[in-house]
Amino acid sequence: MSENFERHAYDILIIGSGGAGLRAAVAAAEGGAKVAVLGKSLLGKAHTVMAEGGVAASLGNVDPADGWETHFYDTMRSGHFINNYKMVEVFAKEAPDRVLELEQWGAVFDRTPEGRIMQRPFGAHTFRRLAHVGDRTGMEIIRTMEQKILTVNVDVFQEITATKLFIDNGRVAGTVAYYREDGRFALFTAKAVVIATGGWGKAYKVTSNSWESTGDGAALAFRAGAELVDMEMVQFHPTGMVWPPGVRGLLVTEGVRGEGGLLRNSEGERFMEKYDPQRMELSSRDVVARSIYKEVQAGRGTPHGGAWLDITHKGPEYIKRKLPGMYQQFMALADVDITKTKFEVGPTIHYTMGGIKVDALTCATNVPGLFAAGECAGGLHGANRLGGNSLADILVFGKRAGDGALEFIQGHEGTPKVEEAEVQAEIERVLQPVGQESGENPYALHEQLQEIMANHAGISRNGPELEQGLQKMLELKERAKSMSAPGSRTFNPGWHSVHDVRNMITLCEAIIRGAIERKESRGAQWRLDHPDELEEYGKINFVHKMEDGEVKTYTSPVAEMTAELQELFQLGAAPGIAKSGKKE
Amino acid sequence: MAEEITLSVFRGDRSGGREQEYKIPAVPGMVVLDALHYIQAHQAPDLAVRWNCKAAHCGSCSAEINGSAKLLCKTRVDDYTDEVIHVRPMHTFPVIKDLVTDVSWNYEKLRQIPAFQPAIKAPFTLHQRDVDRIQEFRKCIECFLCQNICHVLRDHSAKDAYWGPRMMIRMAELQMHPLDTADRIDLLKGSAGIGYCNITKCCTVVCPQGINITDNGIIPLKERVADKYFDPLGGLVRKMHK
Ligand SMILES: Cc1cc2nc3c(=O)[nH]c(=O)nc-3n(C[C@H](O)[C@H](O)[C@H](O)COP(=O)(O)OP(=O)(O)OC[C@H]3O[C@@H](n4cnc5c(N)ncnc54)[C@H](O)[C@@H]3O)c2cc1C
Ligand code: SF4
Ligand code: SF4
Ligand code: FES
Repeated sequence: MSENFERHAYDILIIGSGGAGLRAAVAAAEGGAKVAVLGKSLLGKAHTVMAEGGVAASLGNVDPADGWETHFYDTMRSGHFINNYKMVEVFAKEAPDRVLELEQWGAVFDRTPEGRIMQRPFGAHTFRRLAHVGDRTGMEIIRTMEQKILTVNVDVFQEITATKLFIDNGRVAGTVAYYREDGRFALFTAKAVVIATGGWGKAYKVTSNSWESTGDGAALAFRAGAELVDMEMVQFHPTGMVWPPGVRGLLVTEGVRGEGGLLRNSEGERFMEKYDPQRMELSSRDVVARSIYKEVQAGRGTPHGGAWLDITHKGPEYIKRKLPGMYQQFMALADVDITKTKFEVGPTIHYTMGGIKVDALTCATNVPGLFAAGECAGGLHGANRLGGNSLADILVFGKRAGDGALEFIQGHEGTPKVEEAEVQAEIERVLQPVGQESGENPYALHEQLQEIMANHAGISRNGPELEQGLQKMLELKERAKSMSAPGSRTFNPGWHSVHDVRNMITLCEAIIRGAIERKESRGAQWRLDHPDELEEYGKINFVHKMEDGEVKTYTSPVAEMTAELQELFQLGAAPGIAKSGKKE
Repeated sequence: MAEEITLSVFRGDRSGGREQEYKIPAVPGMVVLDALHYIQAHQAPDLAVRWNCKAAHCGSCSAEINGSAKLLCKTRVDDYTDEVIHVRPMHTFPVIKDLVTDVSWNYEKLRQIPAFQPAIKAPFTLHQRDVDRIQEFRKCIECFLCQNICHVLRDHSAKDAYWGPRMMIRMAELQMHPLDTADRIDLLKGSAGIGYCNITKCCTVVCPQGINITDNGIIPLKERVADKYFDPLGGLVRKMHK
């Protein structure tokens, strides 16, 4: 039985309408291309909307000594030097322009007394660097992009899910997608495709991420031949809510610590003194998350297994002005008034550093015509992401991916083709579970997947547990072949989950394989059986490829920084500090 | 808190439907969205509901709970002790399925609002006191609960005549931006239909972001319209001081 489907032809197709996708769309459309953007949600609701704390850019509005060199230095150090340094360099240099451009497009950041964009301190940033709007910076960015996109010529397709990338003669040719509303299909052919589908934090149960974060684009690209890098690097944010159970994992922005919040254990001790006496609460995320975990393991946890976070000393007025969302969140969901009392926090999955391997300047993948930007791409953050760097990432590389795709279509003649039979075969595969009463329940499989990841590839890891986890994941992969989705095609979340689960299984396998191979501890990867950071592993990234349907893992050398950039690490302090002669 | 809670959820599509009861175990701190997710995972996998953030940031999960327009992720089930919790889709927008409605009309209207047109190039010098007012409006999460509740749209289906409170505060935010140069006053008076708002403040009451839609947004806009149309000199003075 053959299915009717819509046909759309574009120059550049962008999959993902978060910050990265929308920024790419603006770049591509301003270059004159015919552009479409697809998103699984309504416009303006993508995961980016949840970002709270701020966007990192060395504007130097409050600390004039800041500059791109120091942002570069902080980012490389936090990433434990397995970052793609070329990405970090363009990132640090371009972030200020991308933020100012938002102001031009209507974003209204908090202001300094001089009337410039306000910047707040954040973990492991040498200077006060995060431009912000209270604790709703992501919303401001996505809203600004949403409004900007209406002024350029871009077709936006809402609530539509892409399920497969087509390849013609080695070059990307387009995608097939279904409308969530009624399950009808559409073929999108394009001369270039940008993946901007975000991360896969939903692979873990205790997570700050939204349902969208199932790594679709990374999985699609991987199956189409793109390489994945640094997959073992999954960030635990140190402060998620831990109580009540209904909100476990929900983010408590780092802004609370940025604004002066203190962490204490059940004995009232400011335990960060033991783990990072210099930076204390504002140490990097991997360090703070591990410290909380260690305190809980040592029996010094709070009643529900976390640490205390206390900001009451700042006074109610200040807290309500600077952290209104947090104040409300705790009042409404936990009956806790954070202006009056300390509250419990604990590590929650927050961000996936790894992802599609891309060229630092153009965001091109190894598949001709295929580009990737934002959380779905890997390389910028290395072994650990700095807070605020993701919002800057999606702006800088969103634009670069849009420009890269433009350049590609200008340099490559013709339009690749998609065979009718291939489209029909994919539609048939996607429809298969609909209306099936018997088969695996996708919700149950998702829960089991989360359990495997929590127990076998969580905050602390070791070889035997990872190996077991891999076996369990491979078993799950088999079972997932017969998922069912009772009901019709009309807005059927069970059916939607089928695709999410399949994509997460693919990526989780790569996460575990990478974690097994990296026999050391570095950034987010903490191996109890290999507790030290080892020089030889600082020289490699683990790269995964799909070969005949199997995930294969290789190593790839970390590119060596130029002599000029290396010098930035030899000044005895962060560049901005060393140059201004101030003490760190 | 009861061990078991009962939800009565609208199930249906464009062709109609009715409420169906589900009993689920209560968990401390559970919000209505959690309860619906439990139903999805264990009883009705195809139950349709929109959500993203579960933190009142994205404005996806708007619905009517026991007759009040609310966010599902911000409404605790223990607010309703010993009561059946009735969950229905927003009334003002056509149902797609279950709790999911077709809100595309709002996006069409957003598209018709002239964008921000700054007089100068960033970086801007703007003081916090100059932006406090518009930052309040920019807190909007586009949940469209205000659109749902505004009687002009809800009871009179006057969507052709009046664009509703969400669009009013979007325009307020732009009109009151100290550096914006575009003029939306004619639009407000004309096809956006600000005159239809009779200041009942129902929109302000339901706004989950606590935006003072009527007092801070709509009324000042109405004054600007009045100034321009009925007091040309005042309008001119105001424009110079924008
Ligand atoms: C609670 C929270 C707070 C955060 N705070 C900060 C912060 O303060 N500072 C900071 O820098 N970072 C922060 N982050 C991280 C940051 O928000 C994200 O990493 C970033 O927004 C990712 O943007 P993106 O554009 O790459 O992807 P997303 O915003 O995740 O967008 C992905 C898009 O792809 C679409 N999509 C996915 N799959 C498909 C498919 N199959 N077909 C079609 N479309 C698809 C989705 O619908 C969505 O539109 C935070 C994250 C969370 C969860
Ligand atoms: S105040 Fe105006 S916009 Fe708000 S609900 Fe009443 S009539 Fe509608
Ligand atoms: S103004 Fe308030 S109620 Fe209306 S859409 Fe925005 S957040 Fe929702
Ligand atoms: S899920 Fe985002 S507002 Fe409720």
